[in-house]
Amino acid sequence: MEEKLTLFKNRKRFGIEKNIDLIFKNTTLALSSLVAIVLFGIILVVFFQSFESFSRYGLNFLVTSEWNPVKDEYGAFTAIYGTLVTSLLSLLITIPLGVGTAIFITEDFVPKFFREIVGSFVELLAAIPSVVLGLWAIFVMEPFFREFFVFLHKFFGWLPLFSSEPAGRNSLLAIIILVVMLLPIVTSIARDSLNQVPKKLRNASYGIGASRWKTIFSVILPAALSGIMAGVLLALGRAMGETMAVTMIIGNSNAFSWSLLSPGYTISSMLANQFGEADGSQVSSLFYAAFVLMILSLVVNIFAQWLVKKFSLKY
Amino acid sequence: MIMNSLYYQKKLSRNVGDKFFTSLSVFCALIAILPLIFVVTYILIKGGAQITPELFTLEPNPPGDDLDAGGINPALIGTLVITTIASIISIPVGVGGGIYLAEYSNGGSFSKFIRFGVNVLAGVPSIIAGVFIYALIVSTKILFGSMYSGLAGGMALSILMLPTVIKTTDEGLKLVPNELRYASLGIGASMYTTILKITLPTAFRSIATGVVLGIARAAGETAPLIFTALFSYYYIVGFEDLFYEMGSLAVLIYNFALEPYDAQNKLAWAASFILVISILTVNIFSRILAAFTEKTKRV
Repeated sequence: MEEKLTLFKNRKRFGIEKNIDLIFKNTTLALSSLVAIVLFGIILVVFFQSFESFSRYGLNFLVTSEWNPVKDEYGAFTAIYGTLVTSLLSLLITIPLGVGTAIFITEDFVPKFFREIVGSFVELLAAIPSVVLGLWAIFVMEPFFREFFVFLHKFFGWLPLFSSEPAGRNSLLAIIILVVMLLPIVTSIARDSLNQVPKKLRNASYGIGASRWKTIFSVILPAALSGIMAGVLLALGRAMGETMAVTMIIGNSNAFSWSLLSPGYTISSMLANQFGEADGSQVSSLFYAAFVLMILSLVVNIFAQWLVKKFSLKY
Repeated sequence: MIMNSLYYQKKLSRNVGDKFFTSLSVFCALIAILPLIFVVTYILIKGGAQITPELFTLEPNPPGDDLDAGGINPALIGTLVITTIASIISIPVGVGGGIYLAEYSNGGSFSKFIRFGVNVLAGVPSIIAGVFIYALIVSTKILFGSMYSGLAGGMALSILMLPTVIKTTDEGLKLVPNELRYASLGIGASMYTTILKITLPTAFRSIATGVVLGIARAAGETAPLIFTALFSYYYIVGFEDLFYEMGSLAVLIYNFALEPYDAQNKLAWAASFILVISILTVNIFSRILAAFTEKTKRV
């Protein structure tokens, strides 16, 4: 890279050409700075818009669940709780499923042709817009799971998680649709990091007599762990910010409930639902909620990037 | 006994365990491909049945008891217009920024910071982009006094496209061999001629593939549009419509899926059909193109 630049600098140039070159360079420099400007712009704008609500409620906003435009009282606990629970639980289901699929794609259980088909199917799933998944969830998935939810409530109703009568749209459905959306992310990143594990390691493990799955569990997966972790964190960030499919299926109720079978709320679905019609201090409170969401996803994303940098494969 | 140890023994615990985990992995893969198959099948069946010529030419009727829902022409045109606006903003900015990162920066702290910023921006939830544009443009009425507008929607989408375009440009240019740059220098070209005439055209295909995929992704985004472009039932007739509420396929699906009326739900399925088929076509086509390029490179 540097060598290339110095070579160009050695050249003697005429004034006009030099100027054009300089203008071109500075234009591209300005355009690339725009990324930073937009990013800081987003953070600053959302923060200042939420300032009114922030100074009124302070951190209490995060732990109270009153959301009442009539009385002008706002607290986002239900939405924050919903965001965390739906994203973490969906991730918990997605990790084994996604890593299992990634292992299927990178091992040679079946001929390469079939593995490539599975790989591209999973990647194409990522291309389906989330609003379409939401539509599908409402009309196809919800009726399909209805009986199962009744069963869950009947036999596991003693658990707080399933303690309420299943509602038509509920948090558990949101978790399931989130699994569908996260699966491609976790699978493709896990597949890439599994592929990067050098063949030497595998051969050495086979050479000392380890079986295939002993090798996978004790050699391949630990070697690919950092990449997989980064993928999981990216998926977490995605799950927290995911809006459309969740908004359409979660039921949008601010009443707090431990049960996954009752309607819930997430920050992003609250924004999608109320932003268009809000006015006065409700807008500021919504911006506050948006700020919380942004901070959450920023932290997760930055941590993921740090993880990639720190533990990238060193073979 | 000694002879036996040379043969594969089914009942050994390690072999049983291996079989078990292998079937578990196959099971995972089967579950993973089910959603795509189910979603696409339902969209083909439910949406495909609604496709008529009128669908493409009529305005949607306001939701109500009447059985005739009308068409999706304004939403279809709206999606095209909004994604075009987003592309017009994000492609020059993204390609320019990518050129700086790949060609001019020396891997110094500034370029590291920008690359980091690109990754962070890619992780910003899409609805935050909508919230940002709402605060910046819709609520301030800065665009000639108009509030919700197609233009604002396009701007919100461009924020989501920007990281994709920069990243693909950056990575595409990095793959161009340095020999080409030396050769260009050797025949007396300046840096900007080298970039515009040599490196960019060489990397064109990979950049174009990434950008097209980014556009396809943006076309299906809903969250940034629901309170920037909002929705409209009326035909888009002229340039001035850019400054008013504009419908889009994605928002139409969202609004009409939640209507209690069957006619509107059917329209939502039809819109999904068109959206998904076009997005999948773009994806599969660029995938084949990429595989083809790789094959020719090897020869």
